[in-house]
Amino acid sequence: MTELCVKDLSVTAHGKSLVDRANFVLKPGEFVALLGPNGAGKTSLVRAALGLARPAFGTARLDGEDTARLSPGQRARQIAYLPQVRPLAWPSRVRDIVALGRFSHGAAAGRLSHADAEALDHALSACDLTHLSQRRADTLSGGELARVHCARAFAAKAPLLVADEPTAALDPRHQFRILDLVRRFVSDGGGALVIMHDVALAARYASRLIWMKDARILADGPPGETLTPALLEDIYGVRAQVRGDDVTLTGAV
Amino acid sequence: MSAGRWLTPALAVASLAGVFAACLIGSTPLPAGRILAAFLGSGEAGDRLVVWVIRLPRALAAFLVGAALGISGAALQGLLRNPLAEPGVLGVSASASLAASFAIYYGLVALSPWVLPLAAILGALVATGLLTIAAIRTRSVVTLILIGVGLSSFAGAAMSLLMNLAPNPFSLSDMVNWMLGSVANRSFADIALALPFLAVGAVILMTTRRGLSALTLGEEAASGLGLDLRAQRIWTVLGAGLATGASVALAGAIGFVGIVAPHLIRPLVGHDPARALLPSALLAGLILVLADIGVRLAPTASELKLGVVAALIGAPAFIWIAMQRRALHD
Repeated sequence: MTELCVKDLSVTAHGKSLVDRANFVLKPGEFVALLGPNGAGKTSLVRAALGLARPAFGTARLDGEDTARLSPGQRARQIAYLPQVRPLAWPSRVRDIVALGRFSHGAAAGRLSHADAEALDHALSACDLTHLSQRRADTLSGGELARVHCARAFAAKAPLLVADEPTAALDPRHQFRILDLVRRFVSDGGGALVIMHDVALAARYASRLIWMKDARILADGPPGETLTPALLEDIYGVRAQVRGDDVTLTGAV
Repeated sequence: MSAGRWLTPALAVASLAGVFAACLIGSTPLPAGRILAAFLGSGEAGDRLVVWVIRLPRALAAFLVGAALGISGAALQGLLRNPLAEPGVLGVSASASLAASFAIYYGLVALSPWVLPLAAILGALVATGLLTIAAIRTRSVVTLILIGVGLSSFAGAAMSLLMNLAPNPFSLSDMVNWMLGSVANRSFADIALALPFLAVGAVILMTTRRGLSALTLGEEAASGLGLDLRAQRIWTVLGAGLATGASVALAGAIGFVGIVAPHLIRPLVGHDPARALLPSALLAGLILVLADIGVRLAPTASELKLGVVAALIGAPAFIWIAMQRRALHD
């Protein structure tokens, strides 16, 4: 079982602490939402945990192996990473973009092994993209493009998934669809860490919430334990009503 | 996808036909039958001389120079994720010809025939290296192009300085050749000096082309896919520097063909930077072979330089491609 174990991880840049001694574990079967205000250090934490940024202190281990020591390919076969969506450089075809998910397995767009093609077709159909597979990316809507990115992450067949705001700038229906896809990935035995801004959606979907503010993790636990009006006031400076997993934000403090 | 299958063989056949056509045409009109005979080693000695010593090396040089610029352009465009990236626009060719002129100016070329190609390649590598460092520091594509333009202007200014100080009219005319770009009077020996570097550069670009596809998603996502970004940058810069430098050693600075060919190829290969490399090389080679035929047919008092014709056609194409880009991609 693949497990990402982050211990005392700290990141500094230009003398400023971006992440301060963060600790968490990500296991298969978990849907973890990473929450916190803008600039809390969520993306920095995730990048350092993946070995993409050099930590000032602490370690991130994947099955006991330091992620910074793994080759990019080894790491990518264990953790699929969806960074915040940037515009594509070229108007590539949907199928070719999703095929990039097989990059760490040695695939190229025109050269797919049997296993690559199978994973590709499976990811396309799971994300309801089969009918769009020959379309150019610049003809897709924002919601469709978000599904394309999810599909390429799933095509990697990595046991863990880290996604940075996959639902940003999507309408409510597409936010649900994307999170449904992540939930299916988790129920199929994957482990997901998703950076989110919508507290209500996070509480509805995630099995665990990690709360960050000012470079530190303030709380880590199931929604039932950590989702409290006091914590929301502390993290975001908002008033909230919480009933079980149901949360309503009522205003700024 | 279906276009991709016939594209490369079709371009290869067209390129062969282009080189053959270039052998048919010249100041001494020769019928196709005599050309063919000379090709096969029979026929008159004079015909063989015309074909094997004058026309074929020139046509091959035009093709190789075009191919080197086409593959370098396509690879740099993939690496920098910008259709306007090209050895000429980014100042790589100008830096290479500056280094070559420098070697001529100081008489270094007398040391060994390898000095000239090596100087050109060194100039190309320095320029591509600087551009890559700039690309890492700035995420703005416009800034990067401007840095390339600056580099190009600087190399041009330094070139003018060398010409200004040129000791004699012979080195002056040598330098003008480097600046304008031409494949006239190239021999198989000239080709043999440039070809090894060109071939190594092209092989490097071809073997590392997969990473260019990954970069379609941006650098962060490409790293997430398992791409070793550092290695990819080094290999692409090295490959493009070798190929471009070798092309400059052979023909001087010839611009824009590295933009135009990949731009025409991309829609035919699903806009995949990796699959664009080989067809772009073949098409750019074919374009230069045809342009060189045009140069030889043009009824001008002194022969037009190939680089001048390439720029006259290529620069408007560059402006057109730039105007088509949507602001979104900046």
